[in-house]
Amino acid sequence: MPKYALYPGCSLETGGIEYGMSSHAVAHALGIEFLEVPDWNCCGASSAHMTDHLLSLALPARVLALAETLPVTEMVAPCAACHQRFAAVEYELSRDEDLKRKVNSLLERPYTGKVKLRSYLDIFANPETLEEIRKKVKRSLKGLKVACYYGCLFVKPPKVVNYVDDPENPQAMDNIMRALGAEPLPWPYKTECCGASLGMTKEEACTKLCNDILKIAKDSGADCIVAACPLCQQNLDMRQISVEKKYGTQYRMPIPFFTQLIGLALGLDPKTLGFKKLFVDPAGVLRKVGAA
Amino acid sequence: MGEVNFSQVMEQNRSFVDKVIEKSGQDIRQCYQCAKCSGGCPGSFAMDYLPNQIIRMLMLGMKEEVLKSQTIWVCMGCNTCTTRCIRDIEVAHVMDTLRQEAIKAGYAEKGRLVTIFNDVFLSTIRSYGRLFEAGLLMMNNMKTGNLFKDAQFGLPMMLKGKAKPFPHRIKGRKEIKNIFEKIKRMEGK
Repeated sequence: MPKYALYPGCSLETGGIEYGMSSHAVAHALGIEFLEVPDWNCCGASSAHMTDHLLSLALPARVLALAETLPVTEMVAPCAACHQRFAAVEYELSRDEDLKRKVNSLLERPYTGKVKLRSYLDIFANPETLEEIRKKVKRSLKGLKVACYYGCLFVKPPKVVNYVDDPENPQAMDNIMRALGAEPLPWPYKTECCGASLGMTKEEACTKLCNDILKIAKDSGADCIVAACPLCQQNLDMRQISVEKKYGTQYRMPIPFFTQLIGLALGLDPKTLGFKKLFVDPAGVLRKVGAA
Repeated sequence: MGEVNFSQVMEQNRSFVDKVIEKSGQDIRQCYQCAKCSGGCPGSFAMDYLPNQIIRMLMLGMKEEVLKSQTIWVCMGCNTCTTRCIRDIEVAHVMDTLRQEAIKAGYAEKGRLVTIFNDVFLSTIRSYGRLFEAGLLMMNNMKTGNLFKDAQFGLPMMLKGKAKPFPHRIKGRKEIKNIFEKIKRMEGK
């Protein structure tokens, strides 16, 4: 039974609560065990790395050090923004002993690097788990056209996030969707930035970027955009109404998380997968796969 | 940007480019201005200088123009530039360094909204160990004077169980506070 340390991050219990709900439900159904990192803290996100280099390493390093107390060899962070901060710790501290000492001098428990970060997408998209998923599909998503949206931070920059997928045209989520019976569309905005980090400070720029993504997905014929990052998801889902108002459009594009669609295909109840938590009504998607 | 006397600014700011190279760990002298970073930059439409221009301006010693630019505050850190740089320069990392230097030099006026947001964000982490979204939104709006920013999302977020009225306090709050304090001492702030 695969076992991972889980770093939920601040959004899996708040803005991205349906990502948390569906992740746990799906892991249970697939026999994946998550051990939550005890007493975890916020990774500092972009606010820390814009403000202070040491702080941006020390906050996530404390979490990785705590994960080392668990009987696991790997940790996952479903939020792409958190994921990239942990990847930065591994990348920078494994190349600079002095920096590692400096960061460790800020921590109560030293970070050794014993527990490695693993891409959250990869724990589902690896060949063995994909096979397991295929075997357990009870409600095929046949006929559902999906635009897989990876966002930036799971795949960029590749040397830091250390992930084998293509940063310009990643396939992990596409492969998962295929295993569920859905049809992942070829579309050009898979890893274009949605501007979530400007949502609070330069909203008009953020709205434009969201509009571009929503428009291209709609034009590509997508029934929904599938998200892997809670910040992207919230940006495209919650702000969609502002985008529509500003650009005089009507996308009504549901933005489910990939884990919600896995759960749907495994036959789980849409309620326990948090479909009601989405802002844009996913009823069309649920009807199309016979789950409503 | 007005008139710039290059021989003068290069003389005055020769050490600045070295400092950026050292702090970011990125040898920006390798840049040969292919402008691939700017071509793929999703934020370029809102910038006053394109990313490749910022790199060139750094090389020319234009410290003030760079640190006072809008560009460094529009950069979203998506790392598309870093991913595509043919000279292996982590451009997004350089932008982080420039933001940090702009704050230190007191040149962050164009980034006022960003620095207020970041400060409030980090202060909730310093107090509780985790982000407190409702508190962040309220404090941010008070400090920016933009009282009703995103207020329309407050109630729906609460009703969907997506925003909590109270912060979660971790046990290791003291450890977190220590991290902040030690860095402050180390960096002499």
